[in-house]
Amino acid sequence: MQSINRRKFIQTTTSLSIGFTLFGCLPKENDANRGSVFSSPSMPARDIPDRDQIDAWLQVLEDGRIQVLTGKMELGQGLTVVMQQVAGEELNIPPGDINIVLADTGLTQNEGYTAGSRGVERSAMQVRRAAAAAREVIKKLAAENWGLSPDQIKIENRKVKSLNGQKEISFADLLKDQQFSSAIPENIPLKAKEDYQWVGQAIPHPEMEKIVRGEALYVQDLRFPGMLHARVLKPLIYGAKLLSYPEEVAQMSGITKIVVNGSFLGVLAKEEYQALKALEALRKGASWEVENPTIEFSSAADFMLKNGNGEKISNSNKYTHNAVYAKPYTMHGSIGPSCAVAHFEEGLLHIWSSTQGVYPLRSSISDLTGLAEENIRISGIRGSGCYGHNGADDVAADAAILAMDFPGTPIRLQWQREDEHKWEPYGSAMRMELSANLSTQGKITAWDYQLWSDGHSTRPRGDAANLISSRYLEQPFEFKPRARVGGGTRNSEPYYDIPNPKIQDTYVSGPLRVSALRSLGAYANIFAIESFMEELAEKAGQNPLAFRINHSKDERSIAVLQKLSEVLRNVSLKEGEGIGYGFSRYKNTAAYCAVASLVSVDLSAQKVQPLKMWAVIDAGEVINSDGLINQTEGGMIQAASWTLKEEVKFKADEITSKDWLSYPILRYDAIPETEVFIIDRPELPPLGAGEAAQGPAGASIANAVYGACGQRVRELPIEKALVWL
Amino acid sequence: MQSIRFSINGASFKTEVDPGTPLLYILRNHFHLNGPKYGCGLGQCGACMILIDNKATLSCMVNLEGIEGKTITTLAGLSAKSGKLHPVQQAFIEEQAAQCGYCTNGMIISAVSLLKDNSSPSEAEIRQALQINLCRCGTQSRVIKAVKKASKI
Ligand code: FES
Ligand code: FES
Repeated sequence: MQSINRRKFIQTTTSLSIGFTLFGCLPKENDANRGSVFSSPSMPARDIPDRDQIDAWLQVLEDGRIQVLTGKMELGQGLTVVMQQVAGEELNIPPGDINIVLADTGLTQNEGYTAGSRGVERSAMQVRRAAAAAREVIKKLAAENWGLSPDQIKIENRKVKSLNGQKEISFADLLKDQQFSSAIPENIPLKAKEDYQWVGQAIPHPEMEKIVRGEALYVQDLRFPGMLHARVLKPLIYGAKLLSYPEEVAQMSGITKIVVNGSFLGVLAKEEYQALKALEALRKGASWEVENPTIEFSSAADFMLKNGNGEKISNSNKYTHNAVYAKPYTMHGSIGPSCAVAHFEEGLLHIWSSTQGVYPLRSSISDLTGLAEENIRISGIRGSGCYGHNGADDVAADAAILAMDFPGTPIRLQWQREDEHKWEPYGSAMRMELSANLSTQGKITAWDYQLWSDGHSTRPRGDAANLISSRYLEQPFEFKPRARVGGGTRNSEPYYDIPNPKIQDTYVSGPLRVSALRSLGAYANIFAIESFMEELAEKAGQNPLAFRINHSKDERSIAVLQKLSEVLRNVSLKEGEGIGYGFSRYKNTAAYCAVASLVSVDLSAQKVQPLKMWAVIDAGEVINSDGLINQTEGGMIQAASWTLKEEVKFKADEITSKDWLSYPILRYDAIPETEVFIIDRPELPPLGAGEAAQGPAGASIANAVYGACGQRVRELPIEKALVWL
Repeated sequence: MQSIRFSINGASFKTEVDPGTPLLYILRNHFHLNGPKYGCGLGQCGACMILIDNKATLSCMVNLEGIEGKTITTLAGLSAKSGKLHPVQQAFIEEQAAQCGYCTNGMIISAVSLLKDNSSPSEAEIRQALQINLCRCGTQSRVIKAVKKASKI
């Protein structure tokens, strides 16, 4: 029996059992009264075939079901169902029958990070080819068995059959103990799109039923026999040194060990609540020295202008229209604080993590611990949505440090809410200065864009120093920022027909820890460009959508903008309401998205109310239409929250945004209704769409607020910038 | 140590663990009921919600002492013994009203509690009942649709 502490809970009636499950077994289905008890959810590691081999991606399970192994992670973006759809389609088996294994350094390909909306574009396409190749192998095998040719074989109703219907065999019987051991042929024929049954449909997410039953497995839910619960006491602020801590905490009830390594302080306990009580005692009694207080500033725009490392070439006098926009540091703000389980035994370290990149994390953990990569296994398990580089990698490193200090026992560490808020790497602050000239016909004749930005990726890629706690060890790792704007330039080039646009970027080293936040610089760049486009449209006396269309030459841009204006035809505004728009082609190479927002502003009640947001999206071939709509709706709501409310606040020796009161995000009273329209292009390749909506959505909110109350907010967040009555 | 009696998803228990322990950790770690999740431990996000005597309650803010004689229902206890889903759970599936799903427990529990008191709530009442529940994936507009749908079942 897994160690449910039943001794302490005596069941006083016999009507229902709690449903204890034996270690190593999966829980029974349909037992409403039991909790999920998983032991090790990971399969034994295997020799991973090369990427061009079918069995790198596809396996046959003992019961004859097909299993897809992806090197990507499910982040709530719906990757699992997309994989099931493309594989199921090629094999002609229902998507729900396909088992999915997420990224695991013991099982799957190294597909780097699950980021930048590339999951569908690349990984799913390789799975599609592998499934097509598997289909051909199956046909050939059956044909040989029955003395037929492969084109006389079909797959139908989960069975392999001869075309004339006389012969039939199950996958299990046909494939028995074999795996698909051949390479994926270069020109493997894919199923004709007109024959699709599942791709393009709104297939429900297979995990949804488990989620609503409380049976979906998150990294936070892992439990192992003998597992200890850990908490870490994070330093006061970046760079603070631990001077002393109350050693008597080790005597508290249930405490197994206090782990100290430089300024890294952790506690291991039998019960989670004991770890928590010890953490509070440590917090109270620990003393710290803050050597280098954090720089304080109140306006990101001013700070960036003064601290950029490049020279500012002010051109503003050459142009008739100028505007400066800015965005503060913002949070990923995962609802579930980051969590990991680590187990170190006989020189082998196994970590269960919701990281976006199991292989890059492994190489960084190798650097951190000195263990060879082949002695580390990282198994990806879904976590709370992360929206980029949040605390998931850091907590895995923390758990590894603790586990190596206490070998032989699985250690579960979940960060506290405060840890996640204060220690996640934030989305960068940015400053955007735009200048333009308009012709008398209302055409943009000159465009100048200057951008100031902190960095946008400090993801671990082999270097321990990107794992935050490594910097606080007795033998610290030194962090060297890459000192470049990087992803900050994403979408800084306008996707419009403008002659010789000038674009310049300047790196600013800011005071806070930063890394990739959903869409990187695209959100702020599009916020600035699309706000400026509406300012220019007003100057030109044109309808803002028509103004954009007049500056577009890409048919697909024009199509989404026209569709949006069609959708809005019957919308009429009441007193105090405004409507605003935003458009972009994400990365200028991915999905096209146009968004409109309807808001009402009541300056005397100090209230901005987003009422409705519409999006039109063209993401090429649509694999799962409802998944695409869900991502787009979510992107709009998230961006509405960023734009209206969010800013990381800090002082010299403290990050003061430490919970949901001090860092408020959108709640139900301000959630807009959403509506999404898809322009499907089945003949074109699918384009990542998880990050397409944020930029246009943010701009559309700012533009709508201007429409509603006449205040043009150029420095976010809006609720801070508005002048209330 | 005093002993505390309560019932979880239809079965009765008594216990003698540290009575200050927040119920959230008891349900998760001792009963392996993974529906309620740790989100903040501060009563700000709703991820940890359960029903106590049919009322949506933040399990991170209640300790064992607070549940003497009470009836607790978690997400796993909402469906019928046959496995048939509660109408709110069913509506969440129909509307596909989740992404990562970490917040979904709290959303469903809030909605079930609301519909117990008020079988045909207005949209404003739905928003008010779910005000404590945070979602970062941005699924709230779907959740509102799902709750409306469930109220019609
Ligand atoms: S965990 Fe209980 S309210 Fe957030
Ligand atoms: S679905 Fe991810 S936090 Fe709500």
